[in-house]
Amino acid sequence: MRKYLLKRVFYMVLTLFLVATITFFLMKLMPGTPYSNQEKMTPQQIQIMNEQYGLNKPIWLQYLIYLGGMLHGDLGTSFQYSNQPVSYLISSRIGASAQLGLQAMIFGVVIGIIIGSFAAINRNTWIDTLCTILSIIGKSVPNFVLAVLLQFYIALKLGWFPIADWGGFSYTVLPTIALGVGPLAETARFIRTGMVDVLNSDYIELARAKGLTKFGIVYHHALRNSLIPLVTLIGPYTVALMTGSMVIENIFSIPGIGEQFVKSITTNDYPTIMGVTMLFSAGLVVVILLTDIVYGIIDPRIRLSGNGD
Amino acid sequence: MEEKIKLNPDSFEALPKAEELDNEKIAAPSLTFVQDAWRRLKMNKGAFISLWIIVLMLIVAFGSSFFIDHDSLVKSAPNYANLPAKIPGVPINGFNGKLKVAGEWVDEYKQNNISSDKYFVLGTDYLGRSLAERIIYGTKVSLIVALVATFFDLTIGVAYGIISGWKGGRVDNVMQRIIEIISSVPSLVIVVLMLLVLKPGMTSIIAAIAISSWTTMARMIRAETLQLKSQEYVLAARSLGESAPKIAWKHLVPNLSSIIIIQTMYTIPTAIFFEAFLSFIGIGISAPETSLGVLLNDGQKNFQFLPYQMWYPAIVLCVLMIAFNLLGDGLRDAFDPKTRR
Repeated sequence: MRKYLLKRVFYMVLTLFLVATITFFLMKLMPGTPYSNQEKMTPQQIQIMNEQYGLNKPIWLQYLIYLGGMLHGDLGTSFQYSNQPVSYLISSRIGASAQLGLQAMIFGVVIGIIIGSFAAINRNTWIDTLCTILSIIGKSVPNFVLAVLLQFYIALKLGWFPIADWGGFSYTVLPTIALGVGPLAETARFIRTGMVDVLNSDYIELARAKGLTKFGIVYHHALRNSLIPLVTLIGPYTVALMTGSMVIENIFSIPGIGEQFVKSITTNDYPTIMGVTMLFSAGLVVVILLTDIVYGIIDPRIRLSGNGD
Repeated sequence: MEEKIKLNPDSFEALPKAEELDNEKIAAPSLTFVQDAWRRLKMNKGAFISLWIIVLMLIVAFGSSFFIDHDSLVKSAPNYANLPAKIPGVPINGFNGKLKVAGEWVDEYKQNNISSDKYFVLGTDYLGRSLAERIIYGTKVSLIVALVATFFDLTIGVAYGIISGWKGGRVDNVMQRIIEIISSVPSLVIVVLMLLVLKPGMTSIIAAIAISSWTTMARMIRAETLQLKSQEYVLAARSLGESAPKIAWKHLVPNLSSIIIIQTMYTIPTAIFFEAFLSFIGIGISAPETSLGVLLNDGQKNFQFLPYQMWYPAIVLCVLMIAFNLLGDGLRDAFDPKTRR
């Protein structure tokens, strides 16, 4: 177990190091300078700026400085946002994104489990068909299309929720739904397949023979066993939520990481792009490691050491 | 009382021997692997309809190349701007040139003094360009992106997977670590980095998808190859001195074909989504070029007043995605009946 963990952490660090390196050198290849968006500057001004940001040093030195800084959480200084350090920019915005992502994940998984088990219990009836159709639609309709429709019809026409911006809980409802529908559809399909399997097994037959109620059977026996494989989906969900946050935060003008990312891409704000890239990669790597560990704990049949060799 | 039945040899007729044997035989006409899958796919209504929708979209999108040229597509005609859909002979509000303005249906064509024989089937956008033409062109762009992603899936993904599984040992270990590293970088990040290095547009989207899309395919192919390579027929081919590439091509690929097809069907909607997504947030294909994502982005700005400008591309995109997802599910069931439930 310990050996396995050490190995995994080593690969994690290696991955992040490679991402940092590749990102750094790609940034250097990028066309355009960080000054192209600002008003015209004299060559002297540009030189002063270059010195201030360390852009006049040789590239390998910049690279080492960057890596060294990253080790103690210094991600450089943003080119665009009045000299704010990137780490501050990210930490001031991560709250909104994290809240939104977490809410969307909970919403998607919980509702998905309910819909999925409902479909499995009523297998091969119209309820099942309806749930299947809903999950196919939920999987196929892009979240940004859904976000725009929700924003217009629910927020603007019906006025149930605020149209955009970030405030109390009511501001989070529509973005959460838009972001959570993808995971919801995926969970529903997954749970349905798993539960149909479980419901056909012998121990469910025994529980039924014992005279347990339908709810008791589903809740105590079927659901628990079909939930385990769901853990493996958390990694892909995280990716989907990161991707989704870029566009959903834009549509609902939420001050989060995704919105920041899009902005820094369009303004050539290298340090911020690198910072967010590292954040996303680190987040995903950590989530993958955690899910593997959790999976091993809740399902002892999965041997952690045997990673497919 | 027993009644006597008169039987003489003439009342019997000898059956030909061959026919007698045939009566005992119970067998369906033998089907090849593909025929069998096709038969099962045809029984799945949703998947079968999806297949025809996709074929239709392919024909319309690529057939349109002869009628819709790029120059007329980007040329604006301000006098036709923001006209709603008008199909002659269809008296339904919303398809007869009328638009709901402040709760009332107004004939926009009359208001803008457009001659009565001029019409746009799906209306026009804010620069007076036919929305129908732009949607068809946009669909073509989406399909091209999807096909290219599929191509890389099929070449890099399959080759990588087979080599990794076949070689095994140290080579496999290194190749798997590489995949692990690539796939633990969110593909979004790869896409964004590619967009930054190359110019935003078709090529960079395709390059980005090419880099990030093949890993799942490679993993699945590797896992299956590991199983297949211990099969007797592979051993036989090996001991007969067949070369590795030939074994891969003649024995492994045909046996992997169902996984390849199924996995491809899941790559396509992902690629289509990614293109639309990137163009929508403005870092993919951008105006005056067109794609479904660009159209959605344009339509979203005017959604409050001209909802049709977003609805039509949105519907096309959703139908495309649903069709590919349904077909993917149908093919999975058809090729792998064991997983069917």
